[in-house]
Amino acid sequence: MKFTLSWLKEHLDTDEPLEKLADKLTMIGLEVESIEDKAKALAPFSIARVISAEQHPNADRLRVCMVDTGDGGAPVQVVCGAPNARAGLVSVFSPPGTFIPGKNITLGVGTIRGVESRGMLCSAAELQISEDHDGIMELPADAPIGKGYAEWAGLGDPVLEINLTPNRQDCTGVHGVARDLSAADMGKLIDPGIKPIKGEFPCPVKVTVEDAALCPGFALRLVRGVKNGPSPEWLQKRLTSIGLRPINALVDITNFMTYDRARPLHVFDARKVTGNLTVRRAKDGESLLALDGRTYTLDPSICVIADEHGIESLAGIMGGETSGCDENTTDVLIESALWNEINIAQTGRKLGINSDARYRFERGVDPAFMVPGLELATKLVMELCGGTPSETFVVGKAFGDDRIIDFPLSEVKRLAGIEVPLVEARRILGHLGFMVAGSGPVVKIAVPSWRTDVDGKADIVEEIVRIVGVDKVPMTPFERGDEARKPVLTTIQNRTRRAKRALAARGMVEAVTWSFISKPHAELFGGGQAELALANPIASDMSDMRPSLLPGLVAAAQANANRGYPDVALFEVGQVFKGDRAENQFVAATGVRHGFASSKGMGRHWSGSAQTDALDAKADAFAVLAAAGAPMQALQIVPGGASWLHPGRSGTIQIGPQNVLGYFGELHPRTLEALGADGPLMVFEVILDRIPDAKKKPTRARPLLELSAFQPVSRDFAFIVDRTVKAGDIVRSAQAADKKLITDVTVFDVYEGKGIDPAKKSVAIAVTIQPREKTLTDQEIDAVAAKIVAEVTKKTGGTLRG
Amino acid sequence: MTDLATLEKSILDDIAAAGDEAALEAVRVAALGKKGSISALLATLGKMSPDERKTQGAAINLAKDKVTEALTARRDILKSAALDARLASETIDVTLPLREAPADQGRIHPLSQVFEEVNTIFADMGFAIAEGPDIETDDYNFTKLNFPEGHPAREMHDTFFFNPGEDGSRMLLRTHTSPVQVRTMLSQEPPIRVVCPGRTYRIDSDATHTPQFHQVEGLVIDKGSHLGHLKWILHEFCKAFFEVDHINMRFRPSFFPFTEPSLEVDIQCRRDKGEVRFGEGEDWLEILGCGMVHSNVLRACGIDPDVYQGFAWGMGIDRIAMLKYGIADLRQLFESDVRWLSHYGFKPLDIPTLAGGLST
Repeated sequence: MKFTLSWLKEHLDTDEPLEKLADKLTMIGLEVESIEDKAKALAPFSIARVISAEQHPNADRLRVCMVDTGDGGAPVQVVCGAPNARAGLVSVFSPPGTFIPGKNITLGVGTIRGVESRGMLCSAAELQISEDHDGIMELPADAPIGKGYAEWAGLGDPVLEINLTPNRQDCTGVHGVARDLSAADMGKLIDPGIKPIKGEFPCPVKVTVEDAALCPGFALRLVRGVKNGPSPEWLQKRLTSIGLRPINALVDITNFMTYDRARPLHVFDARKVTGNLTVRRAKDGESLLALDGRTYTLDPSICVIADEHGIESLAGIMGGETSGCDENTTDVLIESALWNEINIAQTGRKLGINSDARYRFERGVDPAFMVPGLELATKLVMELCGGTPSETFVVGKAFGDDRIIDFPLSEVKRLAGIEVPLVEARRILGHLGFMVAGSGPVVKIAVPSWRTDVDGKADIVEEIVRIVGVDKVPMTPFERGDEARKPVLTTIQNRTRRAKRALAARGMVEAVTWSFISKPHAELFGGGQAELALANPIASDMSDMRPSLLPGLVAAAQANANRGYPDVALFEVGQVFKGDRAENQFVAATGVRHGFASSKGMGRHWSGSAQTDALDAKADAFAVLAAAGAPMQALQIVPGGASWLHPGRSGTIQIGPQNVLGYFGELHPRTLEALGADGPLMVFEVILDRIPDAKKKPTRARPLLELSAFQPVSRDFAFIVDRTVKAGDIVRSAQAADKKLITDVTVFDVYEGKGIDPAKKSVAIAVTIQPREKTLTDQEIDAVAAKIVAEVTKKTGGTLRG
Repeated sequence: MTDLATLEKSILDDIAAAGDEAALEAVRVAALGKKGSISALLATLGKMSPDERKTQGAAINLAKDKVTEALTARRDILKSAALDARLASETIDVTLPLREAPADQGRIHPLSQVFEEVNTIFADMGFAIAEGPDIETDDYNFTKLNFPEGHPAREMHDTFFFNPGEDGSRMLLRTHTSPVQVRTMLSQEPPIRVVCPGRTYRIDSDATHTPQFHQVEGLVIDKGSHLGHLKWILHEFCKAFFEVDHINMRFRPSFFPFTEPSLEVDIQCRRDKGEVRFGEGEDWLEILGCGMVHSNVLRACGIDPDVYQGFAWGMGIDRIAMLKYGIADLRQLFESDVRWLSHYGFKPLDIPTLAGGLST
């Protein structure tokens, strides 16, 4: 919402300086977004007349103009590309050295296609006073040549722009803004009232409303014998000062009423309207050429005003071109109506029209001002254009429903924590147009018709508090109470936090990628279901909710490689979607390693360099599981498992086949290709929600530590086994040889190659034997060793290496 | 010179001449070994007369002691020289660059860090932390929050929708974390003190908007909490979060469908080449919206607005993270550029605590 200071002062008797008014507006909820002083920025721009405009010798689209700048000197030669540059036109001129705000350049003396140009004739867009860049500005012929444009156009008046919240329809007009300021002690509201204008004959055009839900009220009157033309200077300036283009007096009056009184109106040229008017839904296939020059195809969801020939106007949004008013209009029909807010919003959205009328009607205009607004418009029409008014024809309601709120004054203290005496509350509400009756603890408050947003006690509290000032509400310490100080994070929040720190501690870098990916990428990882596809995605590669973090991370790794950083270790802990219900959203911890980003050491280094491998990913997965509190002893590793992983270089982490916690391994070459990434990539994924909850312990004390008095004994064994035998099975069978005495089994060497049958491998293990009650004799140790050999041989078919 | 004196000198000369411990050992064996020259002399004592034995014995033993002493001294010298020689050959290049430790290379994303910082502060004030799904119903995201059907406020949210199901209802991506407030109120009896951090979505993509972003909202419902408490909490939060002693905040009336009265909150700051100073300067920077929970919302969530009351607030995590840590471009947060992540990210041991400081 834009207006100027002088416009505000038409409605507010005030001596307060601009800054104070602006601050107050912000502090009562009408946030001032900008204050613009055009006179300063546009000082070099002056009014000038084009004396002659000749075709440029070397360019079809250019003209060479001689311009009278009004300084008494010789005419200035200007090359101009505007189609409307013509002899006699009064426009706006800027000399060399002028900064052109709309183009962000400083003008110099130029030579354009061989013709010198000493300045520029300007469009409104170049001055940033409107979006209009269809040619240079056209000023009235009597505009004073040589005078500063900004001053003449009334731009010396500071322009305030308010960022209006959607509830404050009443402040889409300057009068409403002034009312709020008056309540806030910033001056006195100027409100002389509106006198009805007596009609001299019945309105010859009748209106039928087919659906009162779409159009609760409609008022119409004819003014006969008007003389339309440019509106007077004061009105033109009002409009240009806020970036509107004056058109003709009748149209300008409607725009003025929109901004002055938040009352959008429409004017029809009565001679172009045939018969009576009907407010109805459009029929499929009907269309309208609207005042913006575009043709809109309509349907029955759209409310229109039609005459006997067809549609003349998009109700509450925009008029039609054919019945619009122009200089030849002699009889004008003025419409002031009420429209269904939701329907206006939907229609505006559907047709893509953002008009000043839509802006107001979709927020809900003051129903009780429908007829007074029409009276005021009639008065302006008669003042500016003459003519004889008809009586007003009214259909439907011309007022809103009474709203009375029983308001306990204690509500202010209860909700806002501030004491406001009744007399002060009464004064504030009175200025805002509320009527307060009673003086007891509960008063009755009548809400003014223009405050369509107010319907409850809390609204009244807000009205009082915003005018008193939120800064007056004392800050009150918030006691945390005697609740025990205890952890507040949930299990999954703790797992998430710990997983992130564990992975970062392994040298990995946390990324945050998009929740939506392309459908083909989602499908690669088991996603792409219809219920997870967005109906209105922002881009085709952001169309489906991700079933896995891998597509995003792989793309991120590739993007880094493309930037010259191929050795990356990235992770993300975030949401993945298996369905559209809450229980189908999970938290996944996922990582990607590429190139030399090995867990044994990042990058190439003199101390040793290794390309990352699938077991790096396993180590990452296990680090997450350990940090997140998974029962590590219970985890099982099964080779392969995920379609998107290399079948021979991947594994599934599970606690029994029913509970798969995650996967790790090398990304499948086909997946790599589908994702457009360079491999090999080592990846893992752990679903943190699937980790079983740890048992709640009654105490924080650790279990009693039992330290053995006897030294442990270590024995090494090397077994020759088939290459397909899993090291995990060798370890497990060694462990099983004596569950009591054997406390640790580690694999310290795996060898394939020279000296070994090509189908076999050698796996060397170190077994720690911990005596419990006494030092073991050599024979006893040998007996354990023999059991180990026997057990491993039995389970794996291996033999002890000689 | 007697034979003994000659022998002694010869041995002492040999000791002095021994170049290493092996040569010295050979001298020792030749002198004091079983068949050594001094040992041989000592063996002759038995055949001497008592007087002769007395004088000769003393002389030979004296010579033996001298030799033994010389051997020890020489051995120490040689041992020390040998160690020096070995050490001299054992140099390494101490300028070889180290491999950076994983914990120095790894990074926590600034958003994760800021979520932890925020949680830490509110946990200290006695708030629980609640989360909810990203895919929500229209009812929880809008209707229960007092967004009337077709209201322009709904449009301001630029919602991502899914396709309608068989019953015509359609799911959406939550446009704010407020549905978590709804879920909390529906599942829990007042008093309620909860903050709801999470990811949110709106169809918006330009220099200052991304289609996904993050919020943390707070909700207090009890029988006495009012705007004064809300102002205090937010003031305390901002001081703690931005780690400053003073901060100037401006509470402006505003509008949100789910609160009444509604406020927007600005903080005073000065911005200079990406650096932000709080509590000074000319700029008022909007950082959050808040208000008393609307009676329609309480009612929709089964809470009697004449018995209970409370407030709620919401702020953009991305925005406060950018402000605090001087991050200029929002879109970089989601671009996973390792150069950016290494620069703006946090080390795994930089764990925010109130005792140790959030970011120091």
